[in-house]
Amino acid sequence: MTAGYYGEYGGRFVPETLIPALDELEQGWREASADPSFAAELDALGRDYAGRPTPLTLAERFVPGKRIYLKREDLLHTGAHKLNNALGQAVLARRLGKPRIVAETGAGQHGVAAATVCARFGLECVVYMGEEDMLRQRPNVERMGLLGAEVRPVDFGTRTLKEATSEAIRDWITNVRTTHYLIGSCVGPHPYPEIVRELQTVIGLESREQILAAEGRLPETVVACVGGGSNAIGLFAGFLDNHEVRLVGVEAHGAASLSSGRTGVLHGARSSLLADEDGQIVDAHSISAGLDYPGVGPEHAFLRDSGRADYVTATDEEALAAFRRLAETEGIIPALEPAHALARVAELEAEVVLVGLSGRGDKDLDQVLARM
Amino acid sequence: MKTLAIYLMAGKETPALAEAAVRGGADLIEIGFPFSDPLADGPVIRRAAARARAAGKRTTACLECLARVRERVEVPIVPMTYASLLEAYGYERFAADAKVAGAASLIVADLPVGEHPELERIQLVAPTSTDERLRAAAEQTGGWLYLVSVTGTTGARETLSAEAEGLVARARNVTDTPLYLGFGISTPEHARAAGRIADGVVVGSRAVEVAEEGPEALLAYVTSLRGALDS
Repeated sequence: MTAGYYGEYGGRFVPETLIPALDELEQGWREASADPSFAAELDALGRDYAGRPTPLTLAERFVPGKRIYLKREDLLHTGAHKLNNALGQAVLARRLGKPRIVAETGAGQHGVAAATVCARFGLECVVYMGEEDMLRQRPNVERMGLLGAEVRPVDFGTRTLKEATSEAIRDWITNVRTTHYLIGSCVGPHPYPEIVRELQTVIGLESREQILAAEGRLPETVVACVGGGSNAIGLFAGFLDNHEVRLVGVEAHGAASLSSGRTGVLHGARSSLLADEDGQIVDAHSISAGLDYPGVGPEHAFLRDSGRADYVTATDEEALAAFRRLAETEGIIPALEPAHALARVAELEAEVVLVGLSGRGDKDLDQVLARM
Repeated sequence: MKTLAIYLMAGKETPALAEAAVRGGADLIEIGFPFSDPLADGPVIRRAAARARAAGKRTTACLECLARVRERVEVPIVPMTYASLLEAYGYERFAADAKVAGAASLIVADLPVGEHPELERIQLVAPTSTDERLRAAAEQTGGWLYLVSVTGTTGARETLSAEAEGLVARARNVTDTPLYLGFGISTPEHARAAGRIADGVVVGSRAVEVAEEGPEALLAYVTSLRGALDS
């Protein structure tokens, strides 16, 4: 494969201004990856600050007759898997000597993770967020403020994650010499999809060990929700080489860039997108702000084409039903994003299933209660 | 003589506006083919693109607009757009159809040197570009090199970027290709200052704003740029 590509997907479709910064980032990433002290620092931060390893919980009542294991990234510090990536990139930004961080956020979980690591490392933090998302994810906006980040509302276009990402990239273009762009998912120009995937691989590696310890075997199926796809790519990474393990990604029905998309270019990468026949990006719609994105990481598009992973969808209503059911049967309130993954579990032809519970649902209570 | 390039968004009035710009002294017309997510553009061109899309300026309509402009002016015309449009239309097919419609070359804002090397186009370089990349861009560019004068997106600035001079000097060291400065050039004073160091200037956001007031306003504005550039 060409460097920076997953099959025909990936690449660097960005203005020239950013290319040297991407080269610098790639160089810094290669050096860090080869440096044992980088891995040691991340391990220590994961253990002492973030709360790794996260538990693997057997859900016995959610779907009677199946053994469903939940990988509890909801119990990670800040309440979602996003912190794994934010910690790694913050350490990387420090190595690169960048004092300022810019990030985008949809559900606010990545924004909170970015604000958190910036507070911890004393970095300036600017988070772009669509006005629509600020309304539906109010608690996270307040958390970012408390953590010392500046949240900049994006008041045009879709006023959601897509536009927030574009504005974060425009900020990066303007301030590229001092700023690291802390992208929140396995999307964007090379080397971001690779960096985010590697930083989230800890989810899959831990899950693999934990389920082997619990069951003495690998799961038949691994399920995760897919927006940009970072928690799914991290979870899948633990099982990619075991072809007997089926990998299933669940997209929001109204944001199914893999299930109903076409090839296009968005936010620096060629991938499967919600786009019209002219290549114009089409708006996504989902109750879950974290899945409400018309693009997806290029590696997912590759895994789809190669047949290694299957991608299905869940509607808003199905996700809401799964959200309530997990709360009532297991005493766990999931975020609306992984509720999409949970919605597809019952019908799987598998007895032992691993589900990525990527975040907790506190942020979604207002929205869910309003729909009940 | 320094080259004056004027950027206009594709639209119903574009042929008349292009004619006015050329009468005012423009030597080259860029026509924006709007994209939903223009990463290189500031608010003025982003909003103009949104309006153009709302008015139905899809790829085929933009090519049609290019052909209408071709009927009205003699100067080179260059479409400027984003990779997603070419991805959908086909890179080679886009280049061929643009040529048939009268384009001299094309500019793709998010297609840096290295992506799709087979597509002949005008390459952009920026103050952050390394000398190695300046050289590669100059070797591959078609006719002239587009120097992004600022580390930033399109849009008017108070003064000509302090980075422009260094970029021109570095580019001169590696190539004899004509160098046109763009991004952030909006006033006759900017044009005069840019024209002293470069072979041409590209005016985008401010031209798009003035064009909203009609061909007469654009004629006066371009005339003022021309005068400054020639002084």
